[in-house]
Amino acid sequence: MDLNFSKEEIAFRDEVRQFFKDNVPAKTRQKLVEGRHPSKDDMVEWYRILHKKGWGVTHWPKEYGGTGWSSVQHYIFNEELQAAPAPQPLAFGVSMVGPVIYTFGSEEQKKRFLPRIASVEDWWCQGFSEPGSGSDLASLKTKAEKKGDKWIINGQKTWTTLAQYADWIFCLCRTDPAAKKQSGISFILVDMKSKGITVRPIQTIDGGKEVNEVFFDDVEVPLENLVGEENKGWDYAKFLLGNERTGIARVGMSKERIRRIKELASKVESGGKPVIEDVKFREKLAAVEIELKALELTQLRVVADEGKHGKGKPNPASSVLKIKGSEIQQATTELLMEVIGPFAAPYDVHGDDDSNETMDWTAQIAPSYFNNRKVSIYGGSNEIQRNIITKAVLGL
Amino acid sequence: MDFDLSEEQRLLKESVEGLLKSSYDFDSRKKYAKEKDGWSRDVWGKFAEQGLLGLPFPEEDGGFGAGAVETMIVMEALGHALVLEPYLPTVIVAGGFLRRAGSAAQKAAHLPGIIDGSKTFAFAQLEKNSRWDLGDVTTTAKKKGDGWIIDGEKFVVLNGEAADTLVVTARTAGGQRDRSGVGVFLVAADAKGVSRKGYPTQDGQRAADITFTGVEIGADAVIGDPANGLPLIEQVVDDARSALCAEAVGAMDESLTTTVEYIKTRKQFGVPIGSFQVLQHRAADMFVATEQARSMAMFATMAAEFDDAKERANAISAAKVQVGKSGKFVGQQSIQLHGGIGMTMEAKIGHYFKRLTMIEQTFGDTEYHLTQVSNGGGLI
Repeated sequence: MDLNFSKEEIAFRDEVRQFFKDNVPAKTRQKLVEGRHPSKDDMVEWYRILHKKGWGVTHWPKEYGGTGWSSVQHYIFNEELQAAPAPQPLAFGVSMVGPVIYTFGSEEQKKRFLPRIASVEDWWCQGFSEPGSGSDLASLKTKAEKKGDKWIINGQKTWTTLAQYADWIFCLCRTDPAAKKQSGISFILVDMKSKGITVRPIQTIDGGKEVNEVFFDDVEVPLENLVGEENKGWDYAKFLLGNERTGIARVGMSKERIRRIKELASKVESGGKPVIEDVKFREKLAAVEIELKALELTQLRVVADEGKHGKGKPNPASSVLKIKGSEIQQATTELLMEVIGPFAAPYDVHGDDDSNETMDWTAQIAPSYFNNRKVSIYGGSNEIQRNIITKAVLGL
Repeated sequence: MDFDLSEEQRLLKESVEGLLKSSYDFDSRKKYAKEKDGWSRDVWGKFAEQGLLGLPFPEEDGGFGAGAVETMIVMEALGHALVLEPYLPTVIVAGGFLRRAGSAAQKAAHLPGIIDGSKTFAFAQLEKNSRWDLGDVTTTAKKKGDGWIIDGEKFVVLNGEAADTLVVTARTAGGQRDRSGVGVFLVAADAKGVSRKGYPTQDGQRAADITFTGVEIGADAVIGDPANGLPLIEQVVDDARSALCAEAVGAMDESLTTTVEYIKTRKQFGVPIGSFQVLQHRAADMFVATEQARSMAMFATMAAEFDDAKERANAISAAKVQVGKSGKFVGQQSIQLHGGIGMTMEAKIGHYFKRLTMIEQTFGDTEYHLTQVSNGGGLI
């Protein structure tokens, strides 16, 4: 047992760190530091830089542009990316639909979609959740009916992150209404420019508009856009969600935020001295740092285990990562609220464009706190994660 | 980076777990607790036979040259079985002082007895008002000729009654809380002027309050630098904290397994109570707490060998915080999920809770170590 990185791993970490230091556009980095949302252009600019370096789709098989890195290298890359901070590769294309396509898709689909995901020519979004299907995803009702050489899709998806930018959406649709819940679902790729698709933004409590409702009204989709077998979509979705859980701990991001808390708490005064000198505050911060250290090591244990037993079988301990990772992210935003005190109040709507460059950073603290309530809800709520532990680990 | 055990470590784990499985069920433990020393000489002998008592000592001293990971493996197993035998005071603490700073003569005099199981030790450190401060020492060691005279009172000395030799912290110079002027001394438990009052502890072990009145010891009784022994004491106590973290993880793991087993079988309203989601989620949270503690116990294990003393102390304090919090949660919820039966002395679960509680109260509680991490500038 050796919890230290090897010499090679440290050299790799330094290389990655230096690359991010030199190449993350300053403007984008600053937005992330202040808890603001980078614009689409910011993100695409950064993704193209990563792509050019060959680091856009690091965990894909080499033949589709992946790196062949070890799980520890992937871990280091993600941590450094979050800590830089830099925008993370767009999960919907890179971590979700991409792996589904190269694992279950046709040769034609691989050729058509994978290079465009890697180069960010196509922006993907995820059509899973519906108004009546959140944690109980398999109850989804959006249906796809076969008519001639087309699927006709009707229904509604929701919580669709950044659908307003998307060129494509991957959808779970009910294709066999007679079958039992999970077994009548198919995985279909839909061009967002198709006639009959309406995107309506949902404003979240922080004032932002990163999620949307997506309506499907007799949307025609070529039959060949079905991935894998008809009515097997649930299996692909489970595969995809298994991928989602690794990296969800966001350890690097929380580390970055703790550094930010320390920096701001050294500047903001309370009772004639910096907030960081307040013993109670500092102990609360230390408690979060300790939880984070424990999480980092738990994540490393999961990562090391993944390397040993191969992918495809998510370690049930990864549910620990989701639960603790989200709790810690939320705790860091709470600490930022404590630092800022009364100046949390002034409200300023942040747009997704660059028109708010000059905005005071204080205006982002409360929205960031509000926004981060989502992290214990999405990606399988923390209660669903407890159900997973209950069944998969404890055998209850 | 590698979390796997080596082949030898795996064999060690199997053998210590096997030994405890065959000799340390809950009923046997009750019997051992009633023996004269409060633990079993017979079991201790088996530990010696298996080489557990010589584990951390270099081969030239008759040991096995094992490291912190091996100690972690053993301590976790001891925690699983709720072992009463004085492994911590004898092998980890006294053994730690001897192996880290003992003279060749001291090692030759004391290690064989530890390794073959014929001698046990105790660490006489706590004083009436010292609480968690290892440098708060009023017991004195005054120079007399070549040797020393020890005077003072020590409290809650684990295995203090049964021990053959006491490792005593005493002040050779300076004021009560000065960092300098604290030394470490070996005192024979039957030396003239040593008076011991033994009693049971809350978690079923035994401890003693010990008074030293004009106890004369030789020049060869001092371990390390008598004028500046605190860094050594801190290092060895960090070894002990790290070992306690591993023991606690073993106890948490066993508490969780026992509790999950119980809620699978206990029926109310016609169904196993483990079918209720409110209890399932509590058990899931116990699992999360145990895994977080396990990660930090591993961190502490690595940290025990850090070169930088500040970094080491910070890391081990962080581990003690996590283990303290997790242990309290797992312990309390184990009782809660057992319901009334968890309140009885007869059921084993309460004994795990009590041990976890006492581990938190040993060598700095959660609040103390949180302050240490905070004052140390955190971990990031």
